[in-house]
Amino acid sequence: MTTQAARGTEDLLRQLAPQVLGVLVRRYGNFDLAEDAVQEALLAAALQWPEDGIPGNPRGWLITVAARRLADELRSDQARRRREERAAAQVPADELVAPAPGDDRPPAGADDTLTLLFLSSHPSLSPASQLALTLRAVGGLTTAEIARAFLVPEATIAQRISRAKHSIRASGIPFGLPPEPERAARLQVVLHVLYLIFNEGYTASTGPDLQRSELTSEAIRLTREIRRLLPGDGEVAGLLALMLLTDARRAARTRADGSLVPLAEQDRTLWNRGCIEEGAALVTDTLARAPLGPYQLQAAIAAVHDEAARAEDTDWRQILALYELLERISPNPMVTLNHAVAVAMVHGPGAGLQLLRGLDDDDRISGHHRLDAVRAHLLEMGGDRAAARASYRSAARRATSLPERRYLEARAAQLRDGGR
Amino acid sequence: MKYVALIYSNPGAFEALSPTEREELMSEADAYLKEFTESGELLSGGAALADPSTGRTVRVRNGVPAVTDGPFAEAKEQLAGYYVLDTESLERATEIVAHDPAARFWAVEVRPIMDMAGTEM
Repeated sequence: MTTQAARGTEDLLRQLAPQVLGVLVRRYGNFDLAEDAVQEALLAAALQWPEDGIPGNPRGWLITVAARRLADELRSDQARRRREERAAAQVPADELVAPAPGDDRPPAGADDTLTLLFLSSHPSLSPASQLALTLRAVGGLTTAEIARAFLVPEATIAQRISRAKHSIRASGIPFGLPPEPERAARLQVVLHVLYLIFNEGYTASTGPDLQRSELTSEAIRLTREIRRLLPGDGEVAGLLALMLLTDARRAARTRADGSLVPLAEQDRTLWNRGCIEEGAALVTDTLARAPLGPYQLQAAIAAVHDEAARAEDTDWRQILALYELLERISPNPMVTLNHAVAVAMVHGPGAGLQLLRGLDDDDRISGHHRLDAVRAHLLEMGGDRAAARASYRSAARRATSLPERRYLEARAAQLRDGGR
Repeated sequence: MKYVALIYSNPGAFEALSPTEREELMSEADAYLKEFTESGELLSGGAALADPSTGRTVRVRNGVPAVTDGPFAEAKEQLAGYYVLDTESLERATEIVAHDPAARFWAVEVRPIMDMAGTEM
């Protein structure tokens, strides 16, 4: 088995996974069992195809194998006999055999991908379950792959997926797109789940956790898929642009020893030009025609950073204007924190520190290491070395990420030693 | 976010319980582990620890290992067991641990586990 054949098979399987699942759920109406059957068919294909070659109609192959597994599953369970008979009666005989080449219905499959995304990120599921189910049911990843990516035991991911499927079954959610009035709000949840998947991979794409960067590419792939289905939605485009513009800096954000490099000190020649151009074009086009949204604004801010050849060329006035807009349409303490940095870069550190004072009484962020870290940075900018050092040390104590703590300790130590 | 729950108790504390209390504790602990393993929040890999007096303490000074038995019972509260949680927040981890019968009989400390990953600032 060549690795190239295995890789080609894997890409194809991930693309087909939601389409095959959609067909099975429509036919048998049993999301829970259908999802298991599709997983088994995907595993069988992952083993067989690189050896035997990809079948002429891969989608039909998967549907046939999964349908057979599902029928076996239904048959093996005596208690479900009645349901099996009902299901069998609903299935025209020719659907239980492999479709002839060309006898395929991709347009229906394409819609099912979106339906499955809505279902996997249903608000009744916990965020951890939403992430796991989205990656498995829509992304076609195995439970083992998801477990590896989140650094938890496989049994834990299996529990989260089975619990999610149980909730879906118990709540009797119909298989279909959410009703029109709910759709915009539900799409926000889908996008948030993809954003969390991306972040999980992005924060980890260094050192011993390199394999987790697969999550960023998976999040980008799925977001591209939604964009293909909803090309007119500004926030879908905004999220895709934000991911591309963030992921573009991946090679520059850590040193060989795994330590973090702040944006201002990154070697910008290492940034991925292709990603930046695609992301910047996407956000520029979207801002011109779609209603404004928080992902678009964050993408626009990332684009301004990415388009500066040197850190000192950064157009901070434009970034400040974008943060002012973001604070207006989507206020939260993390936005205020970044807004304060932009204020400091344009109006001086004193103005930035003034804005931070408002966050001291905000429970959502007052004990967070990022608040201390930004304060330390602005105090250092203003030349108050002793106060900056105290703030860096307080931030280091509160950080729960080892690379972040080391970075903050190093900044504090530099101030003590008097070096830069 | 991952948290470790550290169960602290006095040496001999379990033996000091009445048979009824012991049985209650055991069955509650089983139910507790089952409930939160099934929710996908309690990760496998926790353990109860043998009495500290059965262990050893190692200190290497100037390249020379100094090994002592124990610690023995003079210390008040000892680490008696641990398990790992993976939850949305510290608040959720605290809420779960409040269901641990060990928290009712003794004390359970919840500490964040340092993440090897991070974001540049």
